[in-house]
Amino acid sequence: MLTKRIIPCLDIKDGRTVKGVQFEGLRDAGDPVALAARYAREGADELVFLDITATNQKRATLIALVREVARELDIPFTVGGGIGSVADVEALLLNGADKVSINSAALARPELINELAARFGSQCIVVAADARYHAADGWQVYTRAGTNNTGRDAVDWCREAADRGAGEILLTSMSNDGTKDGFALDITGAVSLAVPIPVIASGGAGSKQDFTNVFQLARADAGLAASIFHFGEIGIRELKEHLRQDGIPVRL
Amino acid sequence: MKIAIVDYKGGNVQSVLFALERLGVQATLTADHDVLRRADKVLFPGEGEAASAMRELRAQGLHELLPTLTQPFLGICLGMQLLGRHTEEGGGTDMLGILPFDVVRFTAAGPEHKIPHMGWNNLQQLRSPLFEGLQADDFVYFVHSYYAPVGDYTIAEAEYPAPFSAAVQHNNFYAVQFHTEKSGPVGTRILENFLKL
Repeated sequence: MLTKRIIPCLDIKDGRTVKGVQFEGLRDAGDPVALAARYAREGADELVFLDITATNQKRATLIALVREVARELDIPFTVGGGIGSVADVEALLLNGADKVSINSAALARPELINELAARFGSQCIVVAADARYHAADGWQVYTRAGTNNTGRDAVDWCREAADRGAGEILLTSMSNDGTKDGFALDITGAVSLAVPIPVIASGGAGSKQDFTNVFQLARADAGLAASIFHFGEIGIRELKEHLRQDGIPVRL
Repeated sequence: MKIAIVDYKGGNVQSVLFALERLGVQATLTADHDVLRRADKVLFPGEGEAASAMRELRAQGLHELLPTLTQPFLGICLGMQLLGRHTEEGGGTDMLGILPFDVVRFTAAGPEHKIPHMGWNNLQQLRSPLFEGLQADDFVYFVHSYYAPVGDYTIAEAEYPAPFSAAVQHNNFYAVQFHTEKSGPVGTRILENFLKL
């Protein structure tokens, strides 16, 4: 039986993990390769690396990191953050990334999704959608690290991304992100029902029960989180044991 | 031991090279017929779309060479599907015909069964030295929208939701639908087993 996936997300700046990481036994907690290997050993199903570097050196540093991660890691990983062209994607895939995630560039020019899917296959194209809830307009999609409201309805956009050839949706609720009050079950459920491709839920995870809820109530295919894993608040193994007790299929 | 990886611009070969490197094995990425013929083992990874992969194989004459190889051969993901006779992908494409299966698309069986079939699924009905040391229900990583049905050639099955071929074999030709190079210690063991064949 296909299992639900647990995906830690690592924020990368200038080739280093940025959020303070409190892990015993890691000599260098800012080393993304060491942290990635640690998560893989603990039972993470995939990893996402989100590059938040803003300098011109960005691409070269990121490619070197991707190559190093691919050399060490024996589970799949996705790379995202500022990816805007076919050439960007090709460089990342050639150096060992399994998937790339595109966000602002896809909203600016949706045909990019078609071009990437035709060139590399849908299986490696993740479309990341950052959504925020507005009482008047519902869930709207934002770009440029959550600073720009596109005015697009989140369900409509995710459906279009899937139609254009995305292989997976990474849906982040900006309204829930950082709250630790749980995932946004309503929009996650709506997107999951609207698209025929897998949906990764992101934003708001604070407890093991939050993951149970997003899988059971919102039909997510995977759950992504950053700080609760980085700060050791929830161990991946104990999370998966909890999910199994709740009757959710997981890889243990 | 000379290990060759078939070079036909078929996707994420770097991950396969790295997986072999972790096992202390250096492999050569090549489309050279002589090098492929003389290799002790041949790996045939693949991702992406079948019709363009077949075009590239034909352009390099590999559609004629590969079926004549006699050393242990391992197809991975699209590299497994290409060993079949025909696929529904791309409006219908004829393939290498080394194994007698026809590749078909998953049909959505409801919102629990997204396409692609993406993630970790358990292996069942293991029947090959390729899986020595594995336990029933060990998990491996899949990403695919098309599949080979179960047949006499099937050496491992998985379910989504119906059983399909997770691995196949005919003579020296072995192939797996999942990504051995991305399936953690279980995938590593399968690669090791292949290198010992």
